[in-house]
Amino acid sequence: MKIASPLESHILFTIGPVPISQPVVTTWGIMAVLTIGCWFLTRRLGLRPTRTQAALELVVDVTARQIRETMEAEPQPYLPLIGTLFIFLLVANWSSLLPGVEPPTAALETDAALALIVFGATLWFGVRALGARGYLRSFAQPSILLAPLNLVELFTRSFSLMVRLFGNVMSGVFMIGVVLSLAGLLVPIPLMALEMLTGAVQAYIFGALAMVFIGSAISETNPSPKAPNHEVSS
Amino acid sequence: MNWIHIVSILGAAFAIAIGAIAPALAQGKAVAAAMDAIARQPEAANTVSRTLFVGLAMIETMAIYCLVIALLLLFANPFA
Repeated sequence: MKIASPLESHILFTIGPVPISQPVVTTWGIMAVLTIGCWFLTRRLGLRPTRTQAALELVVDVTARQIRETMEAEPQPYLPLIGTLFIFLLVANWSSLLPGVEPPTAALETDAALALIVFGATLWFGVRALGARGYLRSFAQPSILLAPLNLVELFTRSFSLMVRLFGNVMSGVFMIGVVLSLAGLLVPIPLMALEMLTGAVQAYIFGALAMVFIGSAISETNPSPKAPNHEVSS
Repeated sequence: MNWIHIVSILGAAFAIAIGAIAPALAQGKAVAAAMDAIARQPEAANTVSRTLFVGLAMIETMAIYCLVIALLLLFANPFA
């Protein structure tokens, strides 16, 4: 019996010289569904919220509260990034419930792109909060001896962010495939239920870790949140 | 099936088998400590469980690394 490798993705068609693989198509489909859905749901917002508007406001409020508690900062600049990451990952991880759809997060490239977004956002928010010099100085924070270690950690944690999401989602898909090829039709259903739980937890953890990374980048020079920006002015 | 294949399969199996032990023990300790903390201080349950989830994800990464190594050995072996 030959099992398809989970490390390479199935190529559907090519546009010119560019091969388009299955995760790309699924990602664009999810993006289209989310964009059109958000546009449709936020078309008429009122001061007296309808049921759907109340539900959406609940989602936004919960995300903002999580950001405020985790990062100890005003959530407004970070809410679009973190919220989009969380909702996209949740939909992407659960998209395997549709028959014939593989979650795009089970491909290494999608996770690499998402981790790269978090990496870039960490640098961007760090530089914006502390200034380029202040952010660079924050690498030598406890002592200059730890600067290489902090620099290495910046890359390794992005890498582990990528591998964690990939490993969790892909192992679920892989396991369901193996069980399906060994046993019958209805046997993998408990595994799929477990996979839904894993998908939700991984989406939350990706968002939470993005919050932690950005939060540590913007607050590395002021240890107490009560006294912000005292390092920037000096 | 030459000896590189055999060694790769054995290596993948041992990578998962040994690599699952330490994260399992570590996750058990982390969950036990979090249960203890919640039992002592139930009003801090939110903070404790959030930190627990992030910590568990960190620990789990070790096992996931082993899984990735095993899959590399099985499906993308550079020597086979």
